[in-house]
Amino acid sequence: MSSDHTPMSSRNASNESRDAGVVDNPWATLRAFTDARIGLGRAGVSLPTHKLLEFQLAHAQAQDAVHCPLDIEALTASLDEALELDTAPLALKSRATDRATYLQRPDYGRRLSDEDRERLEAQADNTEPSDLAIVIVDGLSALAVQQNSAPFLTALDQALAKDTNDWRLAPVTIVEQGRVAIGDEIGALLNARAVLVMIGERPGLSSPDSLGLYMTWAPEVGLRDDRRNCISNVRPAGLDVDQAARKLLLLLKEARERQLSGVKLKDRSEDDVVEGIGSTRNFLVAD
Amino acid sequence: MTRAYHTQVGSRRYGFSNLAELMAKATPARSGDRLAGVMAESAEERVVAQMVLAELPLSTFLNDALVPYEDDEITRLIIDDHDAGAFAPISHLTVGDFRNWLLSDQATPEVLQSVRAGITPEMTAAVSKLMRNQDLILVAKKCRVVTAFRNTIGLGGRLSTRLQPNHPTDDVTGIAASILDGLLYGSGDAVIGINPATDNVAQSVKLMRLMDEVIQKYEIPTQSCVLTHVTNTLEAIEQGAPVDLVFQSIGGTEATNKSFGFDLATLAEAEAAAQSLNRGTVGRNVMYFETGQGSALSADAHHGLDQQTCEARAYAVARKFNPLLVNTVVGFIGPEYLFDGKEIIRAGLEDHFCGKLLGVPMGCDVCYTNHAQADQNDMDNLLTLLGVAGCNFVMGIPGSDDIMLNYQTTSFHDALYARRALGLKAAPEFEQWLARMQIFDDIDTHRLSEHVPRAFAQSLRHLPGEASHEQ
Repeated sequence: MSSDHTPMSSRNASNESRDAGVVDNPWATLRAFTDARIGLGRAGVSLPTHKLLEFQLAHAQAQDAVHCPLDIEALTASLDEALELDTAPLALKSRATDRATYLQRPDYGRRLSDEDRERLEAQADNTEPSDLAIVIVDGLSALAVQQNSAPFLTALDQALAKDTNDWRLAPVTIVEQGRVAIGDEIGALLNARAVLVMIGERPGLSSPDSLGLYMTWAPEVGLRDDRRNCISNVRPAGLDVDQAARKLLLLLKEARERQLSGVKLKDRSEDDVVEGIGSTRNFLVAD
Repeated sequence: MTRAYHTQVGSRRYGFSNLAELMAKATPARSGDRLAGVMAESAEERVVAQMVLAELPLSTFLNDALVPYEDDEITRLIIDDHDAGAFAPISHLTVGDFRNWLLSDQATPEVLQSVRAGITPEMTAAVSKLMRNQDLILVAKKCRVVTAFRNTIGLGGRLSTRLQPNHPTDDVTGIAASILDGLLYGSGDAVIGINPATDNVAQSVKLMRLMDEVIQKYEIPTQSCVLTHVTNTLEAIEQGAPVDLVFQSIGGTEATNKSFGFDLATLAEAEAAAQSLNRGTVGRNVMYFETGQGSALSADAHHGLDQQTCEARAYAVARKFNPLLVNTVVGFIGPEYLFDGKEIIRAGLEDHFCGKLLGVPMGCDVCYTNHAQADQNDMDNLLTLLGVAGCNFVMGIPGSDDIMLNYQTTSFHDALYARRALGLKAAPEFEQWLARMQIFDDIDTHRLSEHVPRAFAQSLRHLPGEASHEQ
């Protein structure tokens, strides 16, 4: 995927490099079957220049995704445009004051700043109980949140509307320098029966824009990972937003029915996750 | 206030209330110890702690357990298996003396091997805290740990690689494509090992069969492993799956391993089950363990210890079960434990040193994540240093990019760089295979063939969409 978007694609680089001692790999055609960086060719035993630079570009994009701050105004505008929100999204901060602290202190990222906690506490009496709180968190990729939030919430909105249950939504919140568990604190303060955290995942080299979805039933401070369900890799080149919304709705319905979330829920929905092996023929052993 | 350990520097008096605190404060700085709140509060305090530690008799570690004997089966393993006879030649040394002795001409490879069973993980951790990177390299190079299954790993002048053909959906063609790429770049003598995307028994068995078929068809002198939970592999063995190596992530405290869902008895059962299959041809080492600093803290099971000491204790677990491979996945855990390239490099050298001194066949996943302050240059540095130190194996992955686990590790190209720059070779049985298959034109100078070897060229004709539908 990335190679087609780079300034120096393999097409124009390989022929001219042959004089300079680059050996191409005929099996590079196998890239049709995998995103793995196979068949890169070589200069001696080393990477050819254009493959080296492709890698550097991908790493630069992934690092930028980690360090790029969330543009709350733009995100709010995109949510406004896509959804008809009754109340404007609420912007919140974690206890991690900057990115360097955030990266080294996961404990700070899991809790609201004192100021924002007090703000939500003050409002708590006027907050109607709801079925679901949607918490958007920058996590490790603001890019993922910026690009995928509005499309995903549009898909989720449609899925929820079609469901037989009525889903009352808490006001949407947007959190800076947050980790997954901060959703539990927010969900509890918003008096919500379930919380959905939409968070930028650790960027991969080929996937700087991957959004993760975490759902907790009966959120409260201090819950462990085994109480959450996760849907990962939501992005245009990964799990698309419609599929992700469908999967999430299944989880939400089951959580609501059984009044729980996490490992116990996962056991029953595992069949759905095992889509498993796309192709079944191993060309290396075909006779 | 009484302090167990104290000293005076100029007008300042430093105290350390127990051995765990002394060890933690003597540890070179890293983010995980800061997160745990056990790190030295100043640069001076760190060196003072190292000075106090240097004066401590090695035998202290036999009497003052860092995690109580009653509470932890790994402490019991360390104490109960300690060989006083092997310890005798070094029993009079302090930690500081131990560093000198390890570096001295007396400590030949043979002598180091003879004291192995008398050395505990805590002793290796303690002495490593006083050692510079070059000390860690020089001593590790003297500690040879050789293991075998279908080939022989860890011999002098050799550097093996794990071929890691991971795929985000376990797609067979995608995995086979990465295996082919790796083999044609000379990778895979340590193991062909897949981290499954879908982690259950049925999927693991499928992947085991896939690799077994490839190994058999091309008669590759190597072994396969699916990196699934030990209990899954035990089930796979019961189902008759072709299991070469049993994998498990291990930690240095009982509580860490409990959070991973196993105990020492599980590992004993697994080793016996895999050995009963008799699938090795030149050796019977059937276990593959992975470790990494920070795993105990991450599981909230570190007992107030620094992360490097916890890590060294994991090697006591490893050596009990005669592993073929032990891999410290040094940069995978993220910057909250090892912040940048400098901390990752230091940790990689410490782990390799401690493991080797204890007789563990250490390899290293020289790696980083995109939220760490690290890049390819840091990995080049660590790979080179470990190559010099005699590391048993590193990872090999297409273009350094693990598209399933989303991190970067060493590539097939990187391993060839290290072999060429440092004059290292693959495991001997595998090296002969590479030559026989004409993957290399000249194996001694690491000169790859310019053409696709015949056996593989034939297989490429069977690509999906390019061949008729057999099977």
